[in-house]
Amino acid sequence: MDLALSIFFQVLVDGIVLGFMYALIALGYTMVYGVLEFINFAHSEIFVIGAFVGVEILLGFEASGSLAMLHPAFVLLVVLFAGMVISGLAAMALERVAYRPLRGAPRLVPLISAIGASFFLQDFIRLVESLWRNSFYLSYPTLPSLEKSLKIGSAVEVPIKSVLVIATALVMLLALHLFVNRTRVGIAIRAVAQDPETASLMGIPVDRIIALTFFVGGAMGGVAGVLFGLHYSLINPYSGFVPGLKAFTAAVLGGIGNIPGAVLGGIVLGLVEAFAASYLSILTNGAFGAEYKDVFAFAILILILIFRPKGLLGEKVREEGV
Amino acid sequence: MLEVQDLHVYYDAIHALKGISFSVARGEIVTLLGANGAGKTTTLKTVSGLLRPRRGSVGLAGQALEGLEPHEIVRLGVAHVPEGRKIFPRLTVLENLKTGAYSRRSGSIGEDMDHVFVLFPRLKERSRQMAGTLSGGEQQMLAIGRGLMARPKLLLLDEPSMGLAPIVVEQIFETIQSINREGVTILLVEQNAAIALAVSHRGYVLETGCTILEGRSADLIHNDLVRQAYLGG
Repeated sequence: MDLALSIFFQVLVDGIVLGFMYALIALGYTMVYGVLEFINFAHSEIFVIGAFVGVEILLGFEASGSLAMLHPAFVLLVVLFAGMVISGLAAMALERVAYRPLRGAPRLVPLISAIGASFFLQDFIRLVESLWRNSFYLSYPTLPSLEKSLKIGSAVEVPIKSVLVIATALVMLLALHLFVNRTRVGIAIRAVAQDPETASLMGIPVDRIIALTFFVGGAMGGVAGVLFGLHYSLINPYSGFVPGLKAFTAAVLGGIGNIPGAVLGGIVLGLVEAFAASYLSILTNGAFGAEYKDVFAFAILILILIFRPKGLLGEKVREEGV
Repeated sequence: MLEVQDLHVYYDAIHALKGISFSVARGEIVTLLGANGAGKTTTLKTVSGLLRPRRGSVGLAGQALEGLEPHEIVRLGVAHVPEGRKIFPRLTVLENLKTGAYSRRSGSIGEDMDHVFVLFPRLKERSRQMAGTLSGGEQQMLAIGRGLMARPKLLLLDEPSMGLAPIVVEQIFETIQSINREGVTILLVEQNAAIALAVSHRGYVLETGCTILEGRSADLIHNDLVRQAYLGG
């Protein structure tokens, strides 16, 4: 009984960790959809850029011998901050180069551009890492202080890594919430999402607000990338594809364009996946194993698209007419 | 204050404005009258930068506006309250007013908000409500209040009476007049010619993209053509 309970809690924690990661990535999809009504399919590569920035900084610290000397909290702050800023800037550059020139084109056109940008970025990262490290499969150096666990009671152990992911995600989500709801620029982002033409009549520079939205969404994805690396360790230039698709699913599940919806969708998806992965084989006597967990994520996507296309918290993003 | 010369505007191949000229002096209320499709809204949209003229000029106190972005034109002191109100439905009343002040770098936004609440006390009662839940009249008040938050020198009003009950229309036009008395110049587009001519100093009549008539509002009220076409006899 004790064992079953401790497994349950482990799965729960894993699900929440995964869910927060999806939530952070999903925000990038949903915010960009909010202002431009288009899916930025290259967002998964913005996430991967964050993961690679993180690994490069950590490997740099390690090579210079300073990784063991620096305070781990300082190291983590540097890595998370760098991943956030560089991914944010990359997303802004992506908007400027691949999407802005296509503003006003039929909807399919920027979508194809996004897919092209996604392939380009994957292989660009691969090229850079191949030249620089002679390998594009990298693993995060171990930070000893992250390898411990927090004991809660006698049965439950929560890895520090998981605590780090959850705590960082909560801080980021709170910061985003305050930014979007309490600041002048945050209100401008929401105004542009509801009606860009009228927003421009209020003196809001719409292009700059769109660029800023890409930065914010990219920054969230960058933090998720670093957390992904710290938590799962192994990364490669194609690591973003599946988490990206799942985060997109989370955004659709919550209601695309809806910020709280992206968080809810992420958590729900993470939990479903974690429980499916660990309990499926028990429930089916081993006929279906953990490898079927992805089926759940995408089955949810299909079902949501068929039965509730506006998602759990869905709302119409843009008003027509009066 | 506003000088529009020989304005030509196209929607793709459609020639919507065919050389409109008019002017608005400081402190005036000027109205543009005309049937649907005469080009009234197009004219306002061109002044505020949403549309680009193919030919002609728009000057504000000597400065050329054509070719500037809408948000730059707001910064020069022109606020456009669009047709259909276009409030942000899922922002609160307060947040809507804040968007109106986006371009402002100086002055107290709180003070201006208080002023809007003096003009439209109803908005104060509903300040924390989502704007989409307001009645049509309240939404129009919010749209005008939001425009005032930019501290405009020139206010463009597009069909403020649209879809509103006569008593609400009256209230709104009284407020428009008091805004004008506080020193804001107003360019008004209106289907309701009777009320537009009653509050304005001068008017222009537009027909299929051209100005066909202009004069003092007091004279236009008695003009046969205006009476027949816009005042119902």
